[in-house]
Amino acid sequence: MGERQRYRALRDTLADAVRAPFRRLRRAFGNGAAGNASGPEFLWALKDVSLEIRQGEVLGIIGRNGAGKSTLLKILSRITTPTEGYAEIRGRVGAMLEVGTGFHPELTGRENIYLNGAVLGMTRDEINRRFDDIVDFSECGRFLNMPAKHYSSGMYMRLAFAVAAHLQTEILLVDEVLAVGDAAFQKKCLGKMGDAAHQGRTVLFVSHNLLAVDSLCTRAICLHEGKVVTEGPPGQVTSRYLKDWIPASTEVIYEDIGSAPGNDLFRLRRACVRPVNGSPADPITVRTPFVVEFEYWKLVPQIQLDIAGDLYNEHGIHLFDTGTYGQPAAPAGLLRSWCVIPGDLLNNGTHQIDMSVYKGTEVVFRREMILVFEVRDVGDLRGLYHDVWHGAVRPHFQWITEHIDTSCGSSSVALGGQA
Amino acid sequence: MSELWQYRELLYFLTWRDIKVRYKQTLLGVAWAVIQPLFIALTLSVFLGHLAKVPSDGMPYAVFAYTAMVPWQLFAHALTEASNSLVANERLITKVYFPRMVAPMSAVLGGLVDFGIAFFVLVPFLACYRIVPGASVLALPFFALLAALAAFGVGLWLSALNVQYRDVRYTVGFLVQLWFLLTPVAYPSSVVPERWRDWYGLNPMVGVIEGFRWALLRTGAPPVGLLAVSAAMTAAILVSGLYYFQRMEDTFADVI
Repeated sequence: MGERQRYRALRDTLADAVRAPFRRLRRAFGNGAAGNASGPEFLWALKDVSLEIRQGEVLGIIGRNGAGKSTLLKILSRITTPTEGYAEIRGRVGAMLEVGTGFHPELTGRENIYLNGAVLGMTRDEINRRFDDIVDFSECGRFLNMPAKHYSSGMYMRLAFAVAAHLQTEILLVDEVLAVGDAAFQKKCLGKMGDAAHQGRTVLFVSHNLLAVDSLCTRAICLHEGKVVTEGPPGQVTSRYLKDWIPASTEVIYEDIGSAPGNDLFRLRRACVRPVNGSPADPITVRTPFVVEFEYWKLVPQIQLDIAGDLYNEHGIHLFDTGTYGQPAAPAGLLRSWCVIPGDLLNNGTHQIDMSVYKGTEVVFRREMILVFEVRDVGDLRGLYHDVWHGAVRPHFQWITEHIDTSCGSSSVALGGQA
Repeated sequence: MSELWQYRELLYFLTWRDIKVRYKQTLLGVAWAVIQPLFIALTLSVFLGHLAKVPSDGMPYAVFAYTAMVPWQLFAHALTEASNSLVANERLITKVYFPRMVAPMSAVLGGLVDFGIAFFVLVPFLACYRIVPGASVLALPFFALLAALAAFGVGLWLSALNVQYRDVRYTVGFLVQLWFLLTPVAYPSSVVPERWRDWYGLNPMVGVIEGFRWALLRTGAPPVGLLAVSAAMTAAILVSGLYYFQRMEDTFADVI
């Protein structure tokens, strides 16, 4: 199917109608997406994807942004129809493609629970039965009768997720909604997903959180440019993904504040990884100290926002979490936060950085795999050793050998087997 | 169709949401549903009825105008909201599955609720003029239904077109204004010459308004001829609207 088309003004259509009247008419009354197949801007979001998902499977779907993961979920939740092919679904589908769909800021929390539940397909009975559970899960009990526009963004998200988390459909489609709230809440969210899996429900989980995919899923597929490129046990698929499909991306820039990722507290302008005194294009070796740098617009003066980076190696191991914690609140404006990671710390291989912005303990922005870079090996340290150097980190500690005594000890030292 | 029944709860909630949101944080709340048709009717009475001396089929102009404004308001409001219903619910449509027809349907239902409130005020209004409606009031629900179906039919066309061509949103206001002038709200249909009367009846709202007035004020014979034409026209619009809407439904999430 085509990518999302921009809407047209009648003027465009009329202008074309003069040039090619019948073609236009056929297109206007036919399936809009199929009709565009001949145009140059046509793009297959998914091509030749054939999958069979059995009941009770927890399928992880990973891939780069734009690989077609969300489109796949949209087809399965019947929001869009495939241009070619079909999707056969047996059982009720509950889709969590976005948290807070249907929420209206003027309505109270209580009213929004009902509205959101109805939008997700729950009947009023079901909502009534689960109402207390939903409220407990969201931890918003005290604020239920306030209009939602007075909620903090964290509460908003938690309430929205709480409703979605109590869907009891046989099939659950989850699209990267879990990176919200503080660490404790995120853990609860993952727990809920795990419960769904244990109850024997079929879950399709799209995520960039490779660790979550590894731990929750029974099977995984990797999409790349609309096609399935890997399929199998989650551990295998995630390592292959890290190894093969992530080209190094040592710098990202968003020039325009309007379209930059973020929200009304924070907007990201630039993120990069570069050797100290070098540029993002220069190579980083196990010995090079390098800089992790974030440039961003801070849109609120008094509130303290902490920028943090989580570093992972190619096996998905979380090496460390470091950030501007504890620094005083910076003024609003365009800021740059950076740190130097010393050489002789990381092992060679592909590494990725996930970026988070915290307001207190609450995550207000998160971008996984925002930077991916290669740490290259360097020959001189290895001496004659040519195999893989194991270990998540490869610090270079200075070993000291000193001479304590000239002789090898007294005659009682026996080196043979005699009694 | 059975799908719509399955999603009836959603239909209820969307309608409820629209009504609640409309009147939250307003001072006068649902009174607005009454004020709008009433004030327009009164203004019309002063300028058209009293000053310009437009005929009003033998009854006080204020009564003449207000009994027409109430069903007209239903139609105008339902049509306007329904035309924009898909685009207004863009976030829902791109993220959740539900039969898309629920959106314009809930807009029309919202209009019916306002109609109910305005109608409630109509009764004491008539009482002030010492008009007591007879048994013909039983036909009222039929006329209201006709207005709602006409609004729904046109709404289906416009909302589907609006997804692809955003011009529609800006033309709806103008369309409703034009339609108002083509409907016998401010003037009686008797000013239309006999030979044009049947063409005039092609406007479904002509049947509704004349029927409504007849049911409440019992002026002469029921306008069966006009009604038949209007009802037939409404059916045609509705059926074609349903067809077009369902045809385009699959593309909404992609194009919106």
